[in-house]
Amino acid sequence: MSMHREEPASFAFSSDNEARAKAIIAKYPAGRQQSAVMPLLDLAQRQIGGWLPRIAMDYVADYLGMPPIKVYEVANFYTMYNVKPVGKNHVQVCTNLPCWLRGSDQVVHACKKTLGIGLGETTKDGQFTLSEVECAGACVNAPVVAINDDYYEDLDEATITRVLEALKRGESPKSGPQNGRLNSAPLGGPTTLKGGA
Amino acid sequence: MPKLTIDGREIEVAPGTTIIQAAEVLGIEIPRFCYHERLTIAGNCRMCLVEVEKAPKLVASCSMPVGEGMVVKTATPNVLKARRGVMELMLINHPLDCPICDQGGECDLQDQAVAFGRDRGRFAEAKHAVRQKDFGPLIKAEMTRCIHCTRCIRFSTEVAGVPQLGGIGRGEHMEIDTYVTKALESELSGNLIDLCPVGALTNKPYAFKARPWELKKTESIDALDALGSHIRIDARGAEVMRILPSNCDDLNEEWLGDKSRFSCDGLARQRLDQPYIRENGKLRPASWDEALALAASKLKGARPDQVAAIAGDLACAESMAALKDLLDGLGSPHRDCRQDGARLDPAVRAGYLFNATIAGIEQADALLLVGTNPRKEAPVLNARIRKRWLKGKFPVAAIGPKADLTYRVDHLGTSAALLDAIAKGTHPFAATLKAAQKPMLILGMGALRRQDGAQIQAAARGLAEACGLVKEGWNGFSVLHTAAARVGGLDLGFVPGAGGKDIHGILDGATKGEMAVVYLLGADEIDMSRLGKAFVIYQGHHGDAGAHRADLILPGAAYTEKNATYVNTEGRAQRTTLAVFPPGQAREDWKILRALSDALGKPLPYDSLSQVRARLAAINPVFGQPGKRVGAAWGAFGSPGAVADAALATAIDNYYMTDPIGRASPTMAVSVETFLAGAKPRTGTHG
Repeated sequence: MSMHREEPASFAFSSDNEARAKAIIAKYPAGRQQSAVMPLLDLAQRQIGGWLPRIAMDYVADYLGMPPIKVYEVANFYTMYNVKPVGKNHVQVCTNLPCWLRGSDQVVHACKKTLGIGLGETTKDGQFTLSEVECAGACVNAPVVAINDDYYEDLDEATITRVLEALKRGESPKSGPQNGRLNSAPLGGPTTLKGGA
Repeated sequence: MPKLTIDGREIEVAPGTTIIQAAEVLGIEIPRFCYHERLTIAGNCRMCLVEVEKAPKLVASCSMPVGEGMVVKTATPNVLKARRGVMELMLINHPLDCPICDQGGECDLQDQAVAFGRDRGRFAEAKHAVRQKDFGPLIKAEMTRCIHCTRCIRFSTEVAGVPQLGGIGRGEHMEIDTYVTKALESELSGNLIDLCPVGALTNKPYAFKARPWELKKTESIDALDALGSHIRIDARGAEVMRILPSNCDDLNEEWLGDKSRFSCDGLARQRLDQPYIRENGKLRPASWDEALALAASKLKGARPDQVAAIAGDLACAESMAALKDLLDGLGSPHRDCRQDGARLDPAVRAGYLFNATIAGIEQADALLLVGTNPRKEAPVLNARIRKRWLKGKFPVAAIGPKADLTYRVDHLGTSAALLDAIAKGTHPFAATLKAAQKPMLILGMGALRRQDGAQIQAAARGLAEACGLVKEGWNGFSVLHTAAARVGGLDLGFVPGAGGKDIHGILDGATKGEMAVVYLLGADEIDMSRLGKAFVIYQGHHGDAGAHRADLILPGAAYTEKNATYVNTEGRAQRTTLAVFPPGQAREDWKILRALSDALGKPLPYDSLSQVRARLAAINPVFGQPGKRVGAAWGAFGSPGAVADAALATAIDNYYMTDPIGRASPTMAVSVETFLAGAKPRTGTHG
């Protein structure tokens, strides 16, 4: 595995995160604190801004009294932990079958065009990272793009461009379906259980 | 006990046994990659699939416990087809680079591909490749060849106790890695090479040196620590190419320490291959006749009480017996085999043996370490302690240096005075020892080397007696030696005779000029500057400290070059087997002494190895039972007295260089640089 030049020199939980970490560890029986590795890695990733440098993984390992390699294994297994730096907005486009059938190719194309970067790349200003991900678990609203913690659904070329442009301007576009659907209800309103029957 | 049928043969095994183990008992071999009987079960290679009646699918026999009435078939067309499929999948990403792979000829994947695979692959796409990794100076990693059996991860985590290897990434991108570029920090790392079923982890110093079918394989005994691990010496022509562990459940299981495995390249360097005589301060080559005549004239010319002999850590029992007989013939009582100055009482055998035995560690239920770091002094034994510790309910405490021993140790302090406190019951650990059924104490050479070593030995005896370490059917008092020669030397009485001087007396005497001739039998670990003006005869195999000081050098044989007897720390006499001949004019050590006795005109009464061994058995019956551990009766030993308050230290600082062979080995030199020479800063951007 390659190492990264942007490694910060030190890492420690902020006092807020310290309190959160303690609360998470308290959920597990005494001596089983290693079970808290995943939520703690998430805390660390959020604190740093979207990724986990090695020093943070070492910190978590030390915090939980486990061998560092076990933490590296976890962080490298799950795709939602980023072991390389990502931009402020991590644009994760699903290209699995349902999204692909519903036009994820156009969505990827629009992302590349709007951001000027390819898959797996980060914009020069550090604002956007574009990734291709496996099923995001929202096939009913395909195609889907997850940007940080928000899902943008029922996308097409125009709507994803609009979302990205808004983010570029520093706005917070509304998440969820972008074609006027209510959650996963049928487009254009209910088709069953209509009226008072 | 469940009864089952495998391939039509019935067998009854203990509950919890897996199908693969039951089949093994019947002698039915089921192919496997990830399963290893000394590691936990992973069940990820799928090579061991078998058919079980009434099971809907084939089952992995390594992880399926046997059940009553199970009917297992290991060679049905279905099973063979499945194995063929597994093999084909395994070979999808495996490079077919056998011609340039060091594992070739002893590769599980190669063998099983021939036995169970298809004759051609159907995978036409690009294979996956892995970036080159650096696992240090001992292990060569070619991870493109890895089949992800995870044996290495399990070994390092479970047996070695150094969890530094892991599986990074997922699915087909999974790689075995340390993640941070560094060498595996274990004295047992070489065992990964044996465990790896493919050529992913191979022996780096041995890389591209030889093919297994060119090697002459000799089963022998290791002499680089006091364990007497069983080894296999692989030699080509006159050169030892590599050393591998050989299975021995009582001693080393199937592991071997890195020093014992990798210092074999030292056997070909710095060798004494002919006699030398010092003239005008310089050593010049000489013939055997000349050398022996000079030795004889010096020995004859000196008063008997001005002659002394010191045996080193690698000296075999045969040569020590011959030297002892030779000195007796001359009338000199000054001799010692404790070159490190250990104040071990030779009077009672149980006082210097590892009485609990190495396999016995697994029965112990409490352990006190005194002045020892078993991880450095005997890494394989340390793995046994860890194995016991992993089973739980095994409190381990230590008096002496603080160290990471790969298991939890309650560090009581460094002062030897704690021994008395525990013996008197005033220290809380006394209660732990007394409550245990089979408590154990390991006494290291670091404690016995001190000025008050004899008092410490007595204090440890007092503790053993007070805390119930010695009882019917159990003796937990265990001395951990660091020298292969030591127990043998003590057993045959290579200690001062009546009125004789011990190592301290010999060196003091030599400093004062009272010693005319000092005979060093492979003794390199003494302070040569204290030998004064004595005429020093050095008999040994390496040009090390002893040879540098010597006035006369008689070239001997290393432990791989002679049929010799060593008694391990438990008191088990074991015999090495000659794998290659000594280089040049060097000879087996007892023969040199036999020839010298002729030159002295007092021939020793043995002319063949069997006669020497008969003599050994006559001195001590222990030598008459090779391979068998001979215990000893308890008695009073050590010198009661005050113990100084000074901190206890370990006997070994530098694990990789404890003997002339290690000091001559380039591999050991890079190991020292990598593992010991102060942690060089390795930052995240380092390579």
